[in-house]
Amino acid sequence: MSDTHALGGRGAVAPARPVPAPRRPRFRGLDLSRTRRFASSAVILLLWQGASMAGLIAPRTLAAPTTIVATAWELVLSGELPHHLLVSLGRVATGLSIGVSSGVALALIAGLSRRGEEIVDAPMQMLRTLPFLALVPLFILWFGIGETPKIALVSLGSAFPVYLTLFAGIRGTDPKLMEAGRVFGLDRAGLIRHVVLPGALPSGLVGLRYALGSALLSLVIAEQINATAGIGFLINDARDFLRTDVIVVGLLVYALLGLGADALVRGFERRALAWRPNLIKG
Amino acid sequence: MSDERRVSVGGLTRRFGSNTVLHGLDLELEPGSFTALLGRSGSGKTTLLRTLAGLDPAPAEARIGLPDRVAAVFQEPRLLPWKRVWANVALGLEGRDAKGRAERALGEVGLARHLEAWPATLSGGEAQRAALARALVREPRLLLLDEPFAALDALTRIRMHALVLELWRAHGPTTLIVTHDVDEAVLLADRVLVLDAGRIAADIAVEMPRPRSHGDARFVALRRRLLAELGLEAEVLQEAA
Repeated sequence: MSDTHALGGRGAVAPARPVPAPRRPRFRGLDLSRTRRFASSAVILLLWQGASMAGLIAPRTLAAPTTIVATAWELVLSGELPHHLLVSLGRVATGLSIGVSSGVALALIAGLSRRGEEIVDAPMQMLRTLPFLALVPLFILWFGIGETPKIALVSLGSAFPVYLTLFAGIRGTDPKLMEAGRVFGLDRAGLIRHVVLPGALPSGLVGLRYALGSALLSLVIAEQINATAGIGFLINDARDFLRTDVIVVGLLVYALLGLGADALVRGFERRALAWRPNLIKG
Repeated sequence: MSDERRVSVGGLTRRFGSNTVLHGLDLELEPGSFTALLGRSGSGKTTLLRTLAGLDPAPAEARIGLPDRVAAVFQEPRLLPWKRVWANVALGLEGRDAKGRAERALGEVGLARHLEAWPATLSGGEAQRAALARALVREPRLLLLDEPFAALDALTRIRMHALVLELWRAHGPTTLIVTHDVDEAVLLADRVLVLDAGRIAADIAVEMPRPRSHGDARFVALRRRLLAELGLEAEVLQEAA
């Protein structure tokens, strides 16, 4: 018995909470590394600007950073950039809503019923091995060169990541939690609502982030198909006039769209997954 | 009320493939009694408990009479990590004031300050107390405890033993605890069953007043007897000591 008491005593003395003091230097180190990252990017920009001004980089190869900024400003003021951005955003939004909702629907069908899995999963697994961007020629034949193939491509690109991750999340439900739910009187609908879906949400959101990235990629490719508006059109049009400044502005907009989409999902994750240990503030 | 807490099992046989886990088991639990079920790994005790909890289907030929309100606490707390502690306790409760009932149950196990906490922030002992509250809030007539303290440190386990006895006295459910800790069985239960190869090998009444002490001569004697039933010979015990 004395052994037991000694054990218990030691357990009681050891504090469970981490001491915050040793963290500080790490944060300062982080700040320094951030400064260095910023500095190296700034140096590259300065070199680029200098080379452009010295005539080492021809404007038709790559415009100077200052020119790009000025062009971006002009495009915003003239309303040209907002117009094309809205068109592109509209395509992404439409394609994403179709793609994500069908991905979620298929994942629920396949995840929640054995028969659903037999019917849905095999074709989905076969289709996903296909690089979906290779479907462009078929889509043009099927849907023409209007908006439909563009939206279809974005939908296709976003449906698969959502389907695959959500399906895996549903199937990965902890059977012990399911048992606890059954013992405490949850019926099938209650189990799905309280146990299966909340448990599958984290991986579903990872899928959503992939889907946004994939949707953006699809948008870039789709907008090469005979677009008359949209960021892709802006870029292609600029190519014909050797306007590298406009092309870079378009590329920057694509990049910002990617960053924005990622931030959006992260923000949602912070709210919806507040229960996760790594998100709980100590 | 007393009869509604009675547990009566007759001729329960469970087979998994060619492996017979329970051999025509008969078991009666007196209303409001506290019984401990001891047994080595693979003796069938978890299978019996899962059948009583309704997690495994009972075979048609077995006679099983169970109270209508059964609750269980498992070895792991099995709290849903995405629900706050009170919502875990209120899970599946019907009617209004589910939150109020959950809060009162959590107060009873000493977790009143953690109502809004996420399960991941609780210590092992706190999480297991929340699991106890989740079982008690249903006012169960049969409370099943499946090695509920096995994963806790020694000091926390001592506190949990006291808490379980207190709650059992206050609510009076027929209680069955599965454990392979002989001390725990003797400390808590009125009656200790030893399950061996799917049959009840020993059925021993524990007639000691509570609180019980490990130093009590009757405690030591009963402990030795139960260890022998579990196949640990005296020589082994002496060597270990």
